[in-house]
Amino acid sequence: MSDASLPQFNIQIGNDLTWNVQPILHEIRHALRKLLETGESSIIDLRSIPLAPGEEETIIDTLGCGEVHAKLNALGPSEIYETRFTGVWLITHFNEESSIIGRFIEITRFPDILKSQHEDMTIALDQLEQELEHASLSDQNETEAETNT
Amino acid sequence: MTNDLSRKDKTLGETLRSQGISRRSFLKFCAATASMMALPPSMIPTIANALEKARRPSVIWLSFQECTGCTESLTRAHTATVESLIFDSISLDYHHTLQAAAGHAAEAAREAAMEENNGKYLLVVDGSIPLDNPGYSTIAGISNYDMLMDTARGAAAIISVGTCAAFGGIPHAKPNPTGAVSVSDIIKDKPIINVPGCPPIPVVITGVLTHFLTFGTIPELDNLGRPKTFYGQSIHDRCYRRPFYDKGLFAETFDDEGARLGWCLYKLGCKGPTSYNACATTKWNGGVSFPIEAGHPCLGCSEPDFWDGGGFYKAISMPTENITKTTIYAAAAGVAVGVAVGATGRMKKASASKAHQKVTIDDLEK
Amino acid sequence: MTETELLTWVRGPGFQIATIIFVLGIMLRLFEILMLGRKANLAEAKGSEMSSGLRTVFSRTIPDASTFKRSAFTVTAGYIFHIGLFVVIFLFAPHILLFKDIIGFGWPALPSTVIDATAVITIITLVIVLVHRLRDPVKRFLSNFDDYLGWFVTILPLITGYIAFHRIGMSAPSLIAIHILSVELLMVVFPFTKLMHMFTLILARWYNGAISGYRGVQS
Repeated sequence: MSDASLPQFNIQIGNDLTWNVQPILHEIRHALRKLLETGESSIIDLRSIPLAPGEEETIIDTLGCGEVHAKLNALGPSEIYETRFTGVWLITHFNEESSIIGRFIEITRFPDILKSQHEDMTIALDQLEQELEHASLSDQNETEAETNT
Repeated sequence: MTNDLSRKDKTLGETLRSQGISRRSFLKFCAATASMMALPPSMIPTIANALEKARRPSVIWLSFQECTGCTESLTRAHTATVESLIFDSISLDYHHTLQAAAGHAAEAAREAAMEENNGKYLLVVDGSIPLDNPGYSTIAGISNYDMLMDTARGAAAIISVGTCAAFGGIPHAKPNPTGAVSVSDIIKDKPIINVPGCPPIPVVITGVLTHFLTFGTIPELDNLGRPKTFYGQSIHDRCYRRPFYDKGLFAETFDDEGARLGWCLYKLGCKGPTSYNACATTKWNGGVSFPIEAGHPCLGCSEPDFWDGGGFYKAISMPTENITKTTIYAAAAGVAVGVAVGATGRMKKASASKAHQKVTIDDLEK
Repeated sequence: MTETELLTWVRGPGFQIATIIFVLGIMLRLFEILMLGRKANLAEAKGSEMSSGLRTVFSRTIPDASTFKRSAFTVTAGYIFHIGLFVVIFLFAPHILLFKDIIGFGWPALPSTVIDATAVITIITLVIVLVHRLRDPVKRFLSNFDDYLGWFVTILPLITGYIAFHRIGMSAPSLIAIHILSVELLMVVFPFTKLMHMFTLILARWYNGAISGYRGVQS
């Protein structure tokens, strides 16, 4: 099927239609003020708001890209970056098939999900200890083997 | 099998950790889950806490007079990772489309699950139940009614997935040849969650399952037994085309300028104003689009009797009958009766004046 | 009966019954009046009945200065709610769609926010008018059940429509069904109450104008 045979749609996304873009940006403004004054973080779930085609992009474009950019590899990739407004972060979770499973705007000093988690550190410490023990054991074994010969 | 049994006693947190899933992955999973359950992101820590401790419930899924569209919808839930985690964390013990076992083995699995988890298992039903003649729909020689009543007895709660199970749906449409009824029409003593839609949005199905898994409770329901988190607002109120409605800009046909410009579809019969569902925010196909975004009016598939609602392409404010004809006939009849009544009145008047006799002085003197 | 069934009924058989009573009733009463006719005037005509009659049908829309002075409130409030009713009934997109379905053509709608505001103004005015009627001793004396019934069935669709538009308290199908039902009540009651003035005022004005025209005096 050729493109020409398809009806052409021009769904307008001018300022006329974007009646949820400005409120969200203002919500971010209030949240940033709250973060500055009380230190309290906020999260906005972009999936919970009715948006016209292109409106999510408009919000993301307006927020732009700032200094920090991080990638996660946890049950599929996640993209986390600070927007050009310091303290406003955009977090996009993908699944293993690279489709978006969640998109949040977090107004915080540092997103929680980037912090190393207590449970993971406990497992990590265990693992490191085990590996070191194993290494020293195998060192000993080697020296023992050498003395034996 | 032994592995399966041992997993049943573990909490979800333990299951995930034994699979080598990090806490960070788990938090991501919780964030996606919160989003899926339409809960505010501030609930993420609560969800994490509850999911950590959640135990793997047994689920029995019964399919009656249905088209398997609901199961198709569910298995096409696009947040694959999250869904697979959830399905890892429930024990789907009976689902005659998805299970490997067939025949007697399948029924044996259902009976075993019922016995083992008596009073604790979750019953999911899709499809309506024929009350007219049990022969219209049977499974392994058991009528739908008998199987539902038997299985419901030991269930902790029932989830009616799809409009058929929730409200009777298409089998219930006029003239309802099979005498189809919904689950809530015949079961009155169990908590029932209705998850209507034809089919329901996949993440709404999993969202309700996850709610039960996470909190072990029934979510807050509306007057039709639907979870308010997903069915709390009308399509119309959450529709991105709503500003066009308010401005009075409508598509008049499917291919006019208004349709091309994405204006409101009210005049094309959109049932958005009377339909409650999450389509406008959750959307379909992994958040890609939903019918109105694709240029088609909402059919109102999550509402009772949507099939008999007077036509999909007739606006809600339009009468369903031919009122033009009615008006013409009524006007003609009105004129006829009016003239007749008027004429009778005139005749009465004429005969009265004819019969009128003048009184003379002679008469008075008599 | 589920709420969808109710909505389907009020849009279908319910609306049909209401239309039959409404149209049949109006026609019946109008033709009954027309059939009454007038006594032949034996005096010589001093002017045209037609032109004077037609002119009066329109000219009486504007109150004369003395009437306005005497009852400024009644005239102003009357104007507000009548215009309000016209705007709300005939310029709201879903309503136009109903007329288009019956008569085959439509006309442009006003934005729903304008309709919303007009509805509020109309409801408030109707309430004020009722209060005035109850407090004014002359008006109260002249009022009977017919007047209050007419007022009630007029304000009811406005209120139910406002609630349905804003979806207050109940789910949308029920609210819309209740709104249509209230309109059907208005339609059923209409031909048999003073609400008939919507049509009879034309006849009354015509006769007044025609009589004056025949006599060759200003109406």
